Amino acid sequence: MTLFATPRTPSQAPPGLLAAVALVACLATPARADEVQVAVASNFTGAMQKIAADFEKDSGHKVLLSFGATGKFYAQIRNGAPFEVFVSADDETPARLEKEGSAVAGSRFTYAIGRLVLWSARPGYVDDRGEVLKHGNFAHLALANPRTAPYGAAAQEVLKKLGLLEALTPRIVQGENIAQTHQFVASGNAELGFVALAQVYKDGKATAGSAWVVPAGLHEPLRQDAVLLEKGRGKAGALALMNYLQGARARAVIKSYGYE
Amino acid sequence: MSDSDLSAILLTLRLAGTVTVLLLLLAMPLAWWLARTRSRARGAVAAVVALPLVLPPSVLGFYLLVFLGPNGPGGRLTESLGLGTLPFTFPGLVVASVLYSLPFAVQPLQNAFEAIGERPLEVAATLRAGPWDTFFSVVLPLSRPGLFSAAVLGFAHTVGEFGVVLMMGGNIPDRTRVVSVLIYDHVDALEYTQAHWLSGGMLAFSFLVLFLLYGFKRNPVGRP
Repeated sequence: MTLFATPRTPSQAPPGLLAAVALVACLATPARADEVQVAVASNFTGAMQKIAADFEKDSGHKVLLSFGATGKFYAQIRNGAPFEVFVSADDETPARLEKEGSAVAGSRFTYAIGRLVLWSARPGYVDDRGEVLKHGNFAHLALANPRTAPYGAAAQEVLKKLGLLEALTPRIVQGENIAQTHQFVASGNAELGFVALAQVYKDGKATAGSAWVVPAGLHEPLRQDAVLLEKGRGKAGALALMNYLQGARARAVIKSYGYE
Repeated sequence: MSDSDLSAILLTLRLAGTVTVLLLLLAMPLAWWLARTRSRARGAVAAVVALPLVLPPSVLGFYLLVFLGPNGPGGRLTESLGLGTLPFTFPGLVVASVLYSLPFAVQPLQNAFEAIGERPLEVAATLRAGPWDTFFSVVLPLSRPGLFSAAVLGFAHTVGEFGVVLMMGGNIPDRTRVVSVLIYDHVDALEYTQAHWLSGGMLAFSFLVLFLLYGFKRNPVGRP
């Protein structure tokens, strides 16, 4: 750790001294600080990074974040993954983990309700009513795998409600999770795609390209639950993070990313 | 076994078959050149060919997606040729797989070509065989085991490919959803029974292929 830190340090202190300082800093960290391992659904990546940084500063605990598809985390948790907190993209998976005894009963809560957005990296490509879906001559429409990703399932539901699913199916490309779906669109390989509002929205507006925020009535609410896992039972760090996620500061961050 | 499983298996075989043919066509001249040349570029070319052995598939997948996408130089080229862009298409997977499996075809061939040595070629020349004649009636028959290894390894390695396809395939049924990606899908969707069937099939297939390959190789010690 100190080896890598040395060249980046702006001061001209000799490396030996820096190493010694770093070592003392490590030893000086309070003994009660926990390292919390957290599994986080891809759509919540940006918000969680911010929340975790604030939490680390406030509490002194350290947070290790893993990002990925909710279904894959389920399989890993069932097979002994060391996660203590699971921040899921849906409400079913945490409930199932709780029922199967991998999560602490009664610890579940909804931390965010997600919004789906039809997004293109090109400015002006997506109109604010989503008409482009009917008339656009795009080659690829990206969505997350509907079988495994809640945002993908919601996107499929929207297309079905609009009566476009059958017509557009040949043009659909699937990302393994919502992060990969976003990447397909951001790189221009797909002209447009359904992604999480949180991925393209910051402080009240879209960060790039053009977007149509899909009306919430077109799909089941994207209720996202967090749960304390068995590995985190009784751990101070994990419990503190669960509390922090429900606190005012975390709520503000969550809202700023476009969640409800 | 469901229709989607069957379609993924057929697609995988079609991909591996196409890639194997292209690999041999590409690897033969390349391996021949690498085996015979005294050019200074030899080291660099050999290193480039071997890169996929070392590079994580995520690097290859990421660069291919960017390079072959509409904003990349490769993508602009294919678009100007009227081919569209390659990510999310079967031809795109073929291109990626050829790159990814190239060392597995080139190296056995190169070893085989190097093992022939100068003598048979000199004899052929004294019999007034032209270079093409020499290649087809002397070199190829002598390097048959290398050719066999290259084809089998190229095929099997393409069947076993996962990361590159995941990153640039887009998981489209009948076009880019190969067996390895479908297994990943099944696991994510908690369909463990189907995942087991396909995974077990892959295990059996891979063992058979390697058994075939090593079973055909003669004992290298003492016996030519």
